[in-house]
Amino acid sequence: MIEAKQLRKVFDDFVAVEDITFSVGTGELLAVLGPNGAGKTTTVRMMTSILVPTSGTCQIAGFDVVKQPAQVRGHVGVLTEQHGLYERMKALEYLDFFGRIYHIDRDTLKKDALRLMERFDLTDALDRRIGDYSKGMKQKLSLVRALIHNPPVLLLDEPTSAMDPQSSKLVRDAIIELQKDRRTFLITTHNLAEAQALANQIAIIRRGRIVARGTFEELRRRFAGEPLMELRVNGSLSGALEAAAGLVTIQEQGENWLRFISQQPERDNPALLAKLIGLGVEVVTLAPITQTLEDVYLNVVKEDEADERIQRIAQ
Amino acid sequence: MKEFSASLSNALLITRREVRDSFRDWRILGPIIIMTFLFPYVANALAGEMIDFVNFYGGGVISTRAIPFLLMVVGFFPVSLSLVIALETFVGEKERRSLEPLLSTPLTNWELYVGKTLAAMIPPLLASMGGMTIYLLFVVGGSAAWRPQAVLVVQIAILTLVQTLVMVAGSVVVSSQTTSVRAANLLASFILVPMAIVLQAEAAIVFVAPDFNSPTGVAFLWMMMGAMFVVAVLLLRMGASIFNREELLGRSIDSINPKRIAAGIWRSFLSVDDSGHIAHSLREVYARAVPHSLRRVRPMLWVGVVTFIGAFAFGFFIGNMPAYQPDLPPNLMTLEGMTQLQITAPFLEQAHRDQAIGDVYGFHLRYLFVAIALGMISFGVAPLLMMPVMVGVLGFATAILLANGITIAPIWAAAIPHLLFNVPVLILMTTASFRMGALVTKLPPGLTLGQAWNQALGDALKLGVFVGVPVLTFTYLIELLILSPLVRAVVG
Repeated sequence: MIEAKQLRKVFDDFVAVEDITFSVGTGELLAVLGPNGAGKTTTVRMMTSILVPTSGTCQIAGFDVVKQPAQVRGHVGVLTEQHGLYERMKALEYLDFFGRIYHIDRDTLKKDALRLMERFDLTDALDRRIGDYSKGMKQKLSLVRALIHNPPVLLLDEPTSAMDPQSSKLVRDAIIELQKDRRTFLITTHNLAEAQALANQIAIIRRGRIVARGTFEELRRRFAGEPLMELRVNGSLSGALEAAAGLVTIQEQGENWLRFISQQPERDNPALLAKLIGLGVEVVTLAPITQTLEDVYLNVVKEDEADERIQRIAQ
Repeated sequence: MKEFSASLSNALLITRREVRDSFRDWRILGPIIIMTFLFPYVANALAGEMIDFVNFYGGGVISTRAIPFLLMVVGFFPVSLSLVIALETFVGEKERRSLEPLLSTPLTNWELYVGKTLAAMIPPLLASMGGMTIYLLFVVGGSAAWRPQAVLVVQIAILTLVQTLVMVAGSVVVSSQTTSVRAANLLASFILVPMAIVLQAEAAIVFVAPDFNSPTGVAFLWMMMGAMFVVAVLLLRMGASIFNREELLGRSIDSINPKRIAAGIWRSFLSVDDSGHIAHSLREVYARAVPHSLRRVRPMLWVGVVTFIGAFAFGFFIGNMPAYQPDLPPNLMTLEGMTQLQITAPFLEQAHRDQAIGDVYGFHLRYLFVAIALGMISFGVAPLLMMPVMVGVLGFATAILLANGITIAPIWAAAIPHLLFNVPVLILMTTASFRMGALVTKLPPGLTLGQAWNQALGDALKLGVFVGVPVLTFTYLIELLILSPLVRAVVG
C-alpha cells in the first residue's frame, strides 16, 4: 500500500532525507521514530505529494507521488503535526468544507461527520466554535478531518501528542479498529510506548536516514541484546558471586543484586537458584528485565552518534 | 471547458470559506463598514467645506477638481485593505499551520491560488465600489455643480480594480517567501510604497485634467491603467508560478544570508551542468560552462531577435515620417559633405574617430551590465525597452539617409564588425537579461524561485563576462587598429 524506494530530498545544499526505503502492507502500521529535525515530516510531505522528492520513488495506494499527486492526495488522510484548524468555524461547517473538496455528497458527508464526531467523543462540542475547543479536542477533530473521505492510507504526525490519557486511548483504539478495517498507517511519534503497542513495523530515522527498521522484536534483539535477568537477595551477594559467574554472564552487580545475560533461562535459572540456595543465600526475586522500545531507541541513537563521530573524524 | 469549470468551482469553495471567515472577523468587518458607509459621507462633507472655502478666495477650479479626487480616495482606501487580507489569507494561514491540511487535499495549486486571490479581493472591492457609489450619490444629490462623467467614473473604477490586483498579486509573492505575518507586513512596504507613488501620480492627473474635455489627462489615465495591468499580470503570473506546495512549505526569506546568496550566484556563474558542478579553469569555462548557459538561453533567443528587428523597424518607420526628416546634403558620404555637417565634421579628425570608437565600446559594455541589473528588478522588461533606444536610432538613421537619396553602403561596410559581432552579443545579452524575469514568472519544473533566479543571473553574468566583454573588446580593437586606419587611407 505504501512503497518508498530510495527517497531523497535536498533543500539547496541541505540533505533533509537520504535514501529512505520501506514498504507498508495493507492493514499494517509503520511507526517512524526519530528526534526533531530527523526528516520525518519531510518524508510525510513527500508521501502526500506536497514536496517533490529530489530522487527516488514512492507509491501510495498504487499511485506515484510525483506523477499522480491528485490521486495520491485523494487516497490519503493526513494529520499534520499542528492541528491547523479554522478557529472561527464550527466542527460540522469545517468538515463540510473539507468533504466538499473531496466531492462527497452532502447527505453522506453529514452522516459520516456525525458518526466520526460521535466515535471521537466530540458530539457535545458540535455547536461550539473550534477556537473554544481544548487542545485534545482540536487534535481529535483534525483526525476526524483526516478520516472524512474514508481514505485507505492514513499518515498521522504525532496523533496523540496533545491528548489526555483518556483521549489518547480513544484514538489508539480507533487506530486499532481502523487497522482491522484494512487501513494502512504511517505514524510519526515521540511516544515510544504507543509505537510499541500499535506498530507492526518500526523505523528509526536520524539525520535524514533510516538507521534501524524492523518489528519490535527484531529491533530489540539487534539493539538491546539478549534478555537480561535480575536477581535480588537478602543480605550480601559477595560470597555467591563466584558461583553465579560460573553459570551465567554477569552484566552489572550491586551489594544485594545482579543482572545477567542468559542464553537459556529455562536451563540456567533453576541451576543458579539451586546453587545459591545451597550456599545459604536467601533469594528474594529472580525476574527478566523488560526491554522497551525506549531502550532500543536509545541504543540505536547511541550507535548512530558513534558512527557520526567516526565519520567526522575521518573527514 | 468542463475541466476549467470544475477547477473554478473548487477555487470558489476556497473563496467562499475565506470570505465568510473575513466577514466573521470584526477587525476586517469594522473597517469595511466604516469605509463603505461613513467614509463617503465624511469625504462629501469635507468636499463641501473645501468648496466653500476655496470659492471664497476665488479658487473655483480647485473645488470642482477636489470632487473626483476624493472619489478616487474613497475608492482606494478600502482596497488598501486587500493587502492586509491577502497577507492574512496567504501567510497568515501558513503561520497558523492551517495551510498544510489544505495542501494535503487534491486541490491543485492553481485552484488554491485563484480561490485565495479572489477571497482577498472581493471584500475590499465590495467596500470600495459601495463607497464610491454612496459618495457619487451624495455628490449628485448635493449642491455641487460638478457632475460625474461616465468615462472618469469608469476609469477610477478600473484603476481601483487594477490597483487591488497589483496589491493582492504582490502580496502573494511576498507571502510565499515568508513564514510569518510580521515578516510579510514588513516586506509589504515594497508594495505599498510604489502604490503610494502611483496614487500620487493619478491624483495629479485627476487634479490637473479631470474631465473628458482633457483628452491628454484621460489618455494618461488609460496609459497608467495599461501599465499597471501589465504589472498586475506579471505579478499574478509570478504568484501563480511560485504559489506551489514546494515553494510554500520549503522556503523562507525571513532571514537573508548574503554569503549564501553570493555563493549560490557564484556557483551558478561557473556552473558546467544542472547539478551545480563548477568549472575549475578558463579552458573548462569555455569548453563546458559557456556552452551550458548558451543551451539554456537559446530557446528564448527569438525574443532578442524579434526585439532587435522590431526596434530597427520602429526607428525606420519613424525616420520615414516627414515630420522627423532633416534635410541632409546629398553628398554627405563625401569629404565635402561631411565637412558641411556639424555632426559629422569632427569625425574627419583621427583622434575624434578613435574617441568615438572608444565611446561606442564603453556604451556597449555598460549596456551588458545595465541590462542585467535592470532585468533583475523589472521582470526582465527593461532590457527589452533599452534595445529599441539603441537599435531604433540605427533604423532611424538608415531611413533618413535613404529618404535623402544618400547611399548607405559605406556606412554599412564600416559597420560590418558591429553586425557580425556586437549585434549578436547584444541580442544574446538582451535575451539573457530578459530571461531573469521570464524564469521567475514561470518557474522551470523542480526549481524554486531562488534557484531559478540564481540560475538566470548566473547565466547572464557568465555570458556577459566570458562572451560579451571579449567579443566587444575584439570588435573595438578591429575598429581601432584596422578599420580606422583603413578609413583614413581611403578618405584621406
